[in-house]
Amino acid sequence: MFEFLFKGLIRDKSRSLLPVIVVSLGVTLSVFFIGYIEGFSTDMISQNARFGTGHVKVMTREYVKNISQRPLDLSILEADKLLEQLNDKYPEMDWVRRFSFGGILDVPDKNGITKTQGIAGGMAFNLSSSSKDLERMQIRENLVEGKMPSGSFEMLLGKGLAERMGVKLGDTITFFGATMDGSMSFQNFTYVGAVSFGMSVMDDRTFIIDTKDAEQILDMENAAQEIFGFLPIDIYDGDKIQEVKNSFNALYENDTDEYAPEMLALRDQNGLSTMLDLMNTFASIFNIFFIFAMSIVLWNTGLLGGLRRYTEFGIRIAIGESKKAIYKSLLLESVIVGVIGSIIGTVFGLLLTFYLQEVGLDISNVTSGQNSVLISNVIRAKLVSTQLWIGFIPGVMATFLGALLSGRGVFKRQTSELFNELGV
Amino acid sequence: MKKIITIVLLYISSLSLAQDAQSILKKIDQNMYSETKISTSKMIVYGKRKTKEIVSKGYTRGTSDSFSEYLSPAREKGTKMLKLEDKLWIYSPSSDRTIQISGHMLRQSVNGSDMSYEDMMQERKLVDTYKATLVGEEEMNGEQCIVLDLEAKVADITYYKMKMWVTKDHYVPMRQDLFAKSGQMLKQMNMSDIRKVGDRYFPFKMNYKDVLKDGKGTDFIIMDLQDNVPIPDHVFNKSNLKK
Repeated sequence: MFEFLFKGLIRDKSRSLLPVIVVSLGVTLSVFFIGYIEGFSTDMISQNARFGTGHVKVMTREYVKNISQRPLDLSILEADKLLEQLNDKYPEMDWVRRFSFGGILDVPDKNGITKTQGIAGGMAFNLSSSSKDLERMQIRENLVEGKMPSGSFEMLLGKGLAERMGVKLGDTITFFGATMDGSMSFQNFTYVGAVSFGMSVMDDRTFIIDTKDAEQILDMENAAQEIFGFLPIDIYDGDKIQEVKNSFNALYENDTDEYAPEMLALRDQNGLSTMLDLMNTFASIFNIFFIFAMSIVLWNTGLLGGLRRYTEFGIRIAIGESKKAIYKSLLLESVIVGVIGSIIGTVFGLLLTFYLQEVGLDISNVTSGQNSVLISNVIRAKLVSTQLWIGFIPGVMATFLGALLSGRGVFKRQTSELFNELGV
Repeated sequence: MKKIITIVLLYISSLSLAQDAQSILKKIDQNMYSETKISTSKMIVYGKRKTKEIVSKGYTRGTSDSFSEYLSPAREKGTKMLKLEDKLWIYSPSSDRTIQISGHMLRQSVNGSDMSYEDMMQERKLVDTYKATLVGEEEMNGEQCIVLDLEAKVADITYYKMKMWVTKDHYVPMRQDLFAKSGQMLKQMNMSDIRKVGDRYFPFKMNYKDVLKDGKGTDFIIMDLQDNVPIPDHVFNKSNLKK
């Protein structure tokens, strides 16, 4: 039966060509869209986790209330004890201290008079060569000029910021800001290198120093503004993260101290839950839309095909084939068309995804000025195993639905009128 | 005819009220500003976790020039600030650098307080910068006060509108509500401990409260004040910062 139908489809191109093209196009778009969304969300999760949120982040309760202001004065004191506790309880995770602060960078001329000045955001990481954080942040890989800081009070600048300030390697840059308790803080740094992460927020406004230097200029010895936690090999797992968060926060449930630690998951920060949920919703809506749109197109194609095969169906009924059997054969034909179209569409979708994964799409015009959610300047799609089967859902379903709707005409034929219709 | 007389009378009374308000501003200015001033003051910054005290000595000449040096705490000792007209420089002994603060950086908080550098620099006389309207009388901080509404008549001003409570007897401000052009209240200042210095009256304690922030605000307490004493010119010179 299958072979018979398959041969029929191959030999009669008008039965298969248009439906296959329609299904292939739809499936290509669906598969590509999944890869695009996956690439975009994976990149967004990764960039935000690395630079802004961690997979989880521990802060004081008061800090969490004012998290958008990043208030240094509400930081965690005796951070060593808390880090020890976190390492004991969740040894599989990597826990790191992070500082994020603002200040004025002032570059003097040879007479010590201000040459250039600007407000910039500072980030402090453990820049020692053995640091996992250094590896995670890929600072060395993103160094576009100079070298990594190796001594005290050496500073890296974002490439855009370095260009704007017109600094040369070895120049002195004075940081002027406020310590944890609001005192004035002045410190001379040596500019040793520029980094480019491919994110406007980081490259145009940020400078990077070592956590030890940050401790000194912010008066935060044994304090931590935020403690980031990362799952093993930095792979984001929403369920595992939620589990860690709930178990940690349960420890302090009955603690009334307003500076007790509180853990937030990645999703709880920077409006990421909305973004991630929106992307998932968009992906579902997109697939439903394609099933619906393709079904309508294939229904019409089926109707046209049905008209063209009007005589064929009449003869088949006249020679004794049941209407049910004809309808079944139509449905089976649609499944064959759906599977062929889905295979072709999946291949094309994967090729398109691969292209965008390797080449990327520059959206720096859109991302410049973006503050809260960290998005790369170049979007890249990502090939995922889901793409191998996801296209078959809209592909086969749409053709099947189309055939279900158009094939109903078979049951409207009256056997008594067949000879009249066929002009016998 | 009656109508014309009423209108003329109303016009004259409104003019005289406006003149009254402006003359009150003049009297406030006479109290608040002197030719030269040397003061030792303490700024108490009430943080969420701890309270910080900063003692400084300041020299002021007219409404445009001032110089101050931080005496304590240890971290800030030796930090100096010089303001000449609309320019502000800060010198830090730890980095041996002088930095000019300008533009939007002036809106940054001074020492984590509720005061910005801009607040510190606003020394212009009220009569030159605001147009005042008398709006009533009220008791404020235990003093019978005249209430004035002030609206800026110059563009380069930090607070476009101000509501001010001024003591009826000596014309000393007791409270100021400071507003942005949009009408959003930004800060509140409460004055107390009014003392007579020479022939003028001056509040020795001021509380600055940034209403957009939580907390008790920042107290600014004058510990010692000398009025109209000679101050050599070299004090108001950039070279004095590094000395």
